[in-house]
Parts: sequence; structure tokens; C-alpha cells
Amino acid sequence: MSAAANLDLRAIEAFLFHEAQLLDERRFAAWLDLYTADATYWVPLERDQANPHETSSLIFDDRRLMEARVRQFSHPRHHSQTPPSRTCHLIGNVALKEQAADGALVVGSRLIVVEFRAERQRLFAGRCEHRLITVPDGYKIAAKRIDLINSEAVLDGISLLF
Amino acid sequence: MSSLLGKRLDDLVQRDRVHRALYTDPEIFELELKRIFAHAWLLIGHESQVRAPGDFVTTRMAREPVIMVRHADGGVRVLINRCPHRGALVCPEERGQARFFQCGYHGWTFATDGTLKHVPMSGSYDRDPCGGELRLQPLPRVALYGGFVFASLAATGPDLREFLGHMRTSFDDMVDRAPGGEIEVAGGVFKHAYEGNWKLVLENHNDTYHPAFVHASSIHAAKEQGEAATTGAGEIAIRQMRQNGVPAEAWERLGLWVADHGHSFMGDYHDDAKLVAGLNSPEFAEYRAALERRVGRGRADAILSVSRFNTIIYPNCSFMSQFRQLRIVHPIAVDRTAVYTYSFRLKGAPEKMFRDTVAFANVVNGTGSPVLTDDLELYGRVQRGLAAQGNDWVYLGRGVGGDVQDRDGTRRGATGTSEIHVRNQFAAWVRYMTAES
Repeated sequence: MSAAANLDLRAIEAFLFHEAQLLDERRFAAWLDLYTADATYWVPLERDQANPHETSSLIFDDRRLMEARVRQFSHPRHHSQTPPSRTCHLIGNVALKEQAADGALVVGSRLIVVEFRAERQRLFAGRCEHRLITVPDGYKIAAKRIDLINSEAVLDGISLLF
Repeated sequence: MSSLLGKRLDDLVQRDRVHRALYTDPEIFELELKRIFAHAWLLIGHESQVRAPGDFVTTRMAREPVIMVRHADGGVRVLINRCPHRGALVCPEERGQARFFQCGYHGWTFATDGTLKHVPMSGSYDRDPCGGELRLQPLPRVALYGGFVFASLAATGPDLREFLGHMRTSFDDMVDRAPGGEIEVAGGVFKHAYEGNWKLVLENHNDTYHPAFVHASSIHAAKEQGEAATTGAGEIAIRQMRQNGVPAEAWERLGLWVADHGHSFMGDYHDDAKLVAGLNSPEFAEYRAALERRVGRGRADAILSVSRFNTIIYPNCSFMSQFRQLRIVHPIAVDRTAVYTYSFRLKGAPEKMFRDTVAFANVVNGTGSPVLTDDLELYGRVQRGLAAQGNDWVYLGRGVGGDVQDRDGTRRGATGTSEIHVRNQFAAWVRYMTAES
């Protein structure tokens, strides 16, 4: 790997860790700012799901639905977040998978999220793919896909972001 | 035996209240499995899930693990998924294609109608195990309506048509809308769960009193979201979230009907033309034309004017005929329930319409839905609250005394927010639980 690519990877990792930190600190407005105006946020329902249109998804948000979801977090009667989730997002195995023709960086990683809420602790794990656009002060996320290893399991409601 | 079971079960259900033990007592739950879930017709799935001979899906009927499979003769069979030898699940897979089922333990092999075809090293038995009573047990009764597969663990009882009664028209509504004359399961299965009794979800689906409160946050979030220049993937969800915020008068005006056996349905409350079958969209014109080609304009008008939201088939099914969503309720424990949800594709309808169905599924049935998650949280709160011993009664007095006899053997709530459907479910509960058997 070239020195430049190596440097990129460190910067990319730092960016992903920053995203995780914003989620753990529940700074959702700042989290949303990491995304482009036409971003999508996708948690497929099925393993190796081909697209979010023909098959349902645990979450499939465009930018507007992401904004609505973030707004819901600050509402006093968002019952499934009363009390709020406390989370620990752990990112690892970060790798630059490819640079797309349009210049976007496709980054793979592994994710573990521990959630504690209302006397229960849950563990989520999966594979992430970020599509990153380079901007003057770093990166923006154009698309994020999180494939949970238990996406097809019987699951209690999910009102956290991965 | 708990002291409560020493009481008469029908004392626990009164005119406008029920005893909390019906939600919290593990012994009552066990009795429900025997007296309700082992007697009623339960929805298993849809025949489109098993199109070709050998196609199978596994699911459960309350605690009973079952296989729904298309046999070589073209019929749909529902078999108990248990080896008659030592009791292992014979089919551990969720779905697939099989010429036969072979038990993983000792290799006993069964045809897709459950008959035992081969037993390895069978010389050690004093008679041939095949050809007798050893088999994958078929359900005593299996029947289809509109492609929906129902089964009952009881050999006797009302037949399926009688059991469904006027609710058949809701299944008709779902199927009639297909220009190709049939519907099929597609788009994935959500399996969501909650920490509460199985009745809570069935009581909630026709509860039009709750959206303004349970869904206050998603209504607010969606109403604050401005209009977009172009409609994206989240459009259906945002519109549906807003729709839950219709004024109280709109909920009160809605029709809410109940029928025998605990069933009920509610009128539709949508006034957003983009949610109701995608009116005003180019796809809708194309869809309507396809439907008219098959059934004629007058019939198409009649089909498209049916206006229903949820229909509940007590005790394990709730569906949205107009929106092509169906849920099957699986009681796990007195305080634990799983709900499997299915979307349906209208054969002969434009592809784009199914995309809207998928988007609608995500917001009304999705495990990560901003709407559904708040419902699930409230079911859990009800369950935890009902642990309190200070008040043994759950009050169901909304609209009591105002029920109106209506057509087709139905009764209608005094208003759309009446708790008539909950009282009607408990009337059925009493009949099942106290029946001689």
C-alpha cells in the first residue's frame, strides 16, 4: 500500500470513529451533518439483500427520513427512547474496498454495538459499508449500509442508529 | 394451580373490565394455548410461499412447530415438525425445496405428505415401521381461503368459512385488487417481538384512540419535515407518519365493526391520496386500466371503493387488505410475543406499486420503524404496569352500551374509538376458555 493510501486509511478510520462517537454521545444533529444532502442510510432485512426497493429493510432512510428520525429523538414522547438508549459503538477491520468511478471511496468495516436501555442490554454486530465523498474539510457520507448478522432474527424494536 | 384458576374464568371478564391475570398469569397462558390456540383456525401462511411441489416453509402454531409444504398432488399440507421416532425437529430450515424430509437424528425419511417412507436398518424392528401410524402428523384440519392457508389443531369445530364469517370480505378485498386475480407473498418477513402478552397487539391494531399519544413523536417529526422537490425513498413513511396525526374527530367518525369469534375490522382513515393505492400517480392509472381490463369498469370501481384498514382474525392474524400487509401473532410466553409480518404483491400490477408496498411495510411493520417501535414500547409498559397488585382490573368501558347492530352479522362501535373490538375479543376468549371439550 502506498504512503498516500495509508494516510487516507488513517483519516478514514478517524472519520468513522468520529461518527461512532457522535452516536454514542447522542449528538444526532452533528451526526446528520456528516451525511450528504442525498444520502441514504440502510439496514437490510435479509442477508445479501440486493436492493432496498423490492425487499423490506430494518431501516431504509433517505435524507428526509433521516432528518425526521433525528427530530423524533428530541421529542419528549418518543416512548421507545424513554429512557434513551446508551450505546457503545466499536468499529474495526476498516479497509478501503475500492474507489468508485465518481471518486467516492467505498469503505468496509465491522461494527459491534452494545445497547443498554430500560434494564436490558443488547448486542448487535455486523458489517458496514460507507460510501464516502471527499470534501474540503474531510469526508461526507453519501451512503451507509449496515448488515447485521442477525437481521433476519426475531428482534425487539430497534430505535437506535448503528 | 393458582388461586385465580379456582375462580370461574368467566368471572374474570365483565361488562366493561377484565382481570389483569388474563395478561399476567402463566397458568392462564398455558390454558389459552390448549383452549384457544389448539381449537381456533390459525393462519399459517399463503399458498404462494409454496408454489411448486416440494416447496416448504416452517413456522409455528403457538408452540407447535409446523411445516407447510406443497405435496406432489398439488395440495398444501401442514405437518407437525416432529419426528415420530425420538421427537427431533425433522426440518430445521426456514424455507426451501425438498423431495422428502429426512430426520437428522436416525435418518427416518418422510414424503411431503408426512408418510414414513424409509427407516434405516429397519430389520431390528418387530414389524415394518413404514405404512402404519408412524409419520409426520398432519394437522387435523387444513383449509384455504383466497390462497391463505389456515389450520386447526382440533378435529372438530366451525368450518373455515363459518369461522371467518363476514371477515371473508376483507380477504376478498386484498385479492380482488390484483389485476392478475391473485396475490403473492414477497418482499421479506419482519419478525418483531415485544415483552408483553399476545393479546396486546391484537387489541392495539384496531385501537384508534392511541395514535395521537403513542405516535406523538413520529407525527411531530413528520409534520415538521418540509415538502421535498422530488419524492424519495422516505416519502411513503413520512406521509404515513403524518397520517397518524389526523384530528380526533376523524378517528371518532371512523367505522369499527366486530363479528363472531372475536374478529373485527376498522374503516380506513387515510385521506392522503399518495398512500391510498397511489392515487394520482401514473402507476395508478396503469394499474386501474389493468384491473378494468380484467373485471370491467363498474366492478373495478366497486373494488377500489372498499375502504378498510386493519382486519383482525382472532386469535392470531391481523391484516391490512388495502395496503397488502399481514401479521401473524405468535404467543411465546405470558409476557413475550413475536409477530411475523408479510407483504403481498398484486399480480398484474405495475412493479412500482410494489415498491410503495415495501416502503409502507417498513414504516408500519418494520422492526426499526419510528412508528412501530413506540407501539412495542407501550406493550411492554402495559405488561409491566399490570404486575401491580393494587388494582386487579383493566378498564374497557370506552363506548360501552353504544354498540349498534349492523349488516352481515356485524356490530358497530358507538364511535370509531370505541373499545368494542377489545370487549368482543374477550367475549370470544370466554367462549373458547369455558367450552366443554
